[in-house]
Formats: sequence, structure tokens, C-alpha cells
Amino acid sequence: MAIEVKNLVKKFGTFAALDHVDLRVGDGELLALLGPSGSGKTTLLRIIAGLDWPDSGEVSFDGHDALAHGAGERNVGFVFQHYALFRHMTVFENVAFGLRVQPRAVRKDEAAIRARVKELLDLVQLDWLSDRYPSQLSGGQRQRIALARALAIEPRILLLDEPFGALDAKVRKELRQWLRSLHSEIHVTSIFVTHDQEEALEVANRVVVMDKGRIEQVGTPSDVYDNPATAFVHGFIGESIVLPVDVSEGCVRLGGRTLNIAADGLETGASRLFIRRHDMQVEPPGTGALQGAVRHVRTFGPIQRAEVALSAVQGETLIEIDAPRDRPLKVGDVIGLHPRRFRIFAGQE
Amino acid sequence: MNSVRADSRTEPRIVRILIIAIALIFLTVFVALPLVVVFAQAFSKGLGAYFAAALGEPEALSAIRLTLLTAAISVSLNLVFGVIAAWAVSKFEFRGKTLLITLIDLPFSVSPVISGLVYVLLFGAQGYWGPWLQSHNIYILFALPGIALATTFVTFPFVARALIPLMQEQGTQEEEAAISLGASGLQTFFRVTLPNVKWGVLYGVLLCNARAMGEFGAVSVVSGHIRGETNTMPLLVEILYNEYQFVSSFAIASLLAMLALITLIAKTILERNLDEGQLSGGD
Repeated sequence: MAIEVKNLVKKFGTFAALDHVDLRVGDGELLALLGPSGSGKTTLLRIIAGLDWPDSGEVSFDGHDALAHGAGERNVGFVFQHYALFRHMTVFENVAFGLRVQPRAVRKDEAAIRARVKELLDLVQLDWLSDRYPSQLSGGQRQRIALARALAIEPRILLLDEPFGALDAKVRKELRQWLRSLHSEIHVTSIFVTHDQEEALEVANRVVVMDKGRIEQVGTPSDVYDNPATAFVHGFIGESIVLPVDVSEGCVRLGGRTLNIAADGLETGASRLFIRRHDMQVEPPGTGALQGAVRHVRTFGPIQRAEVALSAVQGETLIEIDAPRDRPLKVGDVIGLHPRRFRIFAGQE
Repeated sequence: MNSVRADSRTEPRIVRILIIAIALIFLTVFVALPLVVVFAQAFSKGLGAYFAAALGEPEALSAIRLTLLTAAISVSLNLVFGVIAAWAVSKFEFRGKTLLITLIDLPFSVSPVISGLVYVLLFGAQGYWGPWLQSHNIYILFALPGIALATTFVTFPFVARALIPLMQEQGTQEEEAAISLGASGLQTFFRVTLPNVKWGVLYGVLLCNARAMGEFGAVSVVSGHIRGETNTMPLLVEILYNEYQFVSSFAIASLLAMLALITLIAKTILERNLDEGQLSGGD
């Protein structure tokens, strides 16, 4: 099922939760809506589900107007951040709920319902919990039951609101992989909301980055990481070094000193220079675009993370760089730094 | 230097004993003693006299019947109204919500006598609707409908008040889940909302019933005190007492007191269930 969202606007009082949002989701995609809290991602998800209504704009499923139908008629599976399992029902009855409330004409008989629930519980590998109540389950188990319950109605679209937000790190990681493999198994168009970039980049086929009710960028995980379209995306995804610079006459200046980097085609004026930590290459002193002194070094895994005080900048600017361990850095070392890759965005915060 | 006490939280022994003693004396004098007196008076002429007074007199039986009937009517009405009001207040946003919550509490803040008088003003012979009702042979005042109405009014807040905080705490996520799974509004209400608050409903009904059976002020105004017809148990207790029929009076009173005790026990059990129900709801 393909989803198309056009010019969607939703205001809560004077706060614009969605500010003219356009989005197309292809059939069978696994899409992540990524953004900080208040960016409008959950509102967008709830409008697609029919749990909220936009002030204006269109939502269509395979070309059919979805806003003409209520949540119950859209055949959308929704998984809530806090699971929203029916607390007075067993796991089995929770999963069976969607099948039991169907109109009599299309409702399956008891044996078929039992078979279907069993199948779903097997799918989420929790068939042994069918007689328990939600309060007797762990967070990860509850989330999987919530997913099984949403899948029971054979939804055309699966929507997940911060599905792993309330879980601890280890369970999160397991469930992520599990969700990805589940998606490749059942192949239903899925959208999940997250504020965790790692989760979005790891699980989704495509990532939609949102901020302040607008979509900043839509792209594959490597797209949004390697080619951020805006300063916000660069700052939000991955660890970035951000330096305030001035662009004029084809030169980039930091604290009055011209940096040895290309400035072709840049807008003149106050700008920001974005560099990934690992894109900062350590050079001998006196060479490279920037100079600095190592203040602090922590070594873990394949990298050494160094805190460097940049010289020739008014006051003192501390940046953190990730360097490979082949050339050990020591506190007090004076080094040159050269950004292998960088982006300059006009304007300053 | 002061010497450090072993446990700085505990008060000196004498203070503790004093506080506990005060609480115990207070409870004995004001709560336990009256209860004992009621039963002592009721049984003062022996078991035979007690049962003759409580269950043998046609007047007493009529009062018991009327009280049960009144309670049944007002509790059922308040069950329906209370659940609907709590549902509306806790699950939906609308204009005038604060006003509605205030109105729900109104019967608590108005003297029951006033509540009764309101019905006299509405349905009495000189009231707004009185003449019309009389010409159509509909009798509200000094009859069961008036007593049931006044009782319903006075006991209205119990069910709604028991449910509103519970429903508000539970939020609307489970309802949203039900709706998105294709359930209709009614299915959602009966399969999700109501089962989630069933202990709260029972709790509200219990308190509502206790108050409905014990209501004196409002009922006294609208009842008319027709012996054997419009006297409820509390009214009969007063009448018998005023006529110096102490055994009969206290026999009926003891029935009400027993109702109170049963209510208390049931309330304790329900509260335990309510707590567990709420615990299991957390995420």
C-alpha cells in the first residue's frame, strides 16, 4: 500500500505541529520518521492512522482518500509507545481483539480466530505467554504482543510510534533486528517514529528527518548521513563539529583567520562549518586548515577521541575529533587538522 | 553535646502512647460506642422483641421495602449517569467541561434539605410543574417518584467521582488501540473502557447505595411522612423514636448500622482490588 501525504497542516493552538508536509511512501517500504521531540513526527503518524485529524491537507492510500474514513476503517495497524495493551485481557485475547470485533458478516469462527492468534504468537515467538496478563510481561514482550495484536487484522499499513522508546538498550537492539527481519518476512508498508538516529539508520530503508513540523530531508540512511541537506540534519544525525565561520570573497574565515579550504559557490556572510568527527584528519603542526593543542585523549575500540583546543580563535574553542589509533596522540601535542569532508551552511544559530 | 538518639525518627515513648491513646479514645467515644449503643438498645427487650419490631410490623416492612426500592432506582440511575458523565469528562475534550465537573459535585455542596426543597418547588402543588402534573394525575411529591428523585440527586456524585480519577489516569491509549483495531465506539466502551474500571464502578455503586439507603434530609422534605406508604427506614427511625418506641426505633436503626458495617467491609475488599487493578495497568 502506497501512502501519499500532501500539504498537511496541523496546529495545536498556535503551535504548528505540522507545517505544510508532503511525503510519499512506496509500497512495502520500511520508513523511519526521525526528529527531536516536538518535531511533529508522532502527529504525522497519528494523522495517517486516523487517530488525529489535520487542519488541512490530504492523505491518500493507493490514491484513495484516507481522510474520508475513520481509524477503524483504514485497516492500519498501530503500535503505541507504551504498548496500550488491554490490561484486563490475556495475551491471547489481546491479539484476538481485532478479530473478535469484526462485523458478524466477516468475522471468522472461533477455531479460525484461535488458529490465527496462535500463528501470530508464533510469529512473535511468544506463544508460551498466551494465558498471561500484560502486567506479567516484560517491556520487550509487551511490545511484541502489541505488534502481534496490530498484525492480527492483516493491516495494509503498519505504524509504530517510538516502538522501542521505553525499553532498555539491550532489548532495543534485539527488537530492532527482529523488526527488520519481520518486515522482510511480511513486507507490509511500515512507518516508525523515533528520536534515536541509530535506530532510524539501522532499521529503515528510508529516513525522513523532521524538525519543527517540517520535513528537512528524505533519503536513504547513507544519504542523510553523508549528504545532509540542511544544517539541522547535519547537526542532528551523527556527531558533528560545528564552527562559526565567515564566508567572503571566496575565502572561509574562522576567528579572522583564513582557512585553507575551498569556498567555491558559497553564499557570502555568517555561516557554519560542519565536519564529522572522524573526517578530521590529523596533520603535522603547521599544516592543515586548523591548528590546535591536544587537551585530553580517551581511547576505546578502534579510535582515539581527542579534545583539541583550536588556536588562532578568539578565546578558546574546544572540539572533539575521532582519529584512528595508528598514530597515538598525547596530551599537549600541537597538531594540524585537515577536514577531509566538510559542509558549510549559510546562517548562524 | 546532646546524646544521639538511637532512631531519630521515633518520638519519645510518652508522646507515642499519648497520641495513640487520644486516637483510640476518640474513635471509641465517637464511632464504636454509638454503634454498640444502637445494637444494645435494639436487643434490650430480647431477640423476640427485636425481630417483632424490625420485621414483624407492617410499617417497618413497608419502610424496608420502600428503602430498598428507592435505593435500587437511584443506584441504577446514578450508575448509568455516573458512568456516562465520567466517560465524557475523562476521555473527551469539550467546551464547558469544567462546568460539568462542578455540576457533578453540586449535590455534595448543597444541604440535602435544600435538594428536597428544590423538588417541592418544581413538583409541589404551588410549584412550576405541579399543577400540570396534578391535572394529568401524575404524583411525584409525597410518593415514590419524588423520594427516588431526591435520593438520586443527593447520591449522584458517588459513581462519577469514583470513576473520573481512575479513567483519567488510564488515559485514552487503550481506546485508541481498540478503535484502530476496528472496534466501534460501543464495542470499545463495553470491551475496553468499562472492564478497566469495573472495580471503580462497584466501589461507586457501593457508596452510592449506602448513602441512598441512609438519606434523611432530602427524603424527609419530599416524603410527606405517610405511615406505611412514604416512610423510608431513616424516616421511620425518627418517627418511632419521637414516639418513645425505643426498641422498634433502634431495631430499624440497627439494620441501617449493619448495612454500614457490610458496606465498610465490602469497601475494604474493593479498595484492595482497585489498587491491584491500577497497579497492573502501569507500563
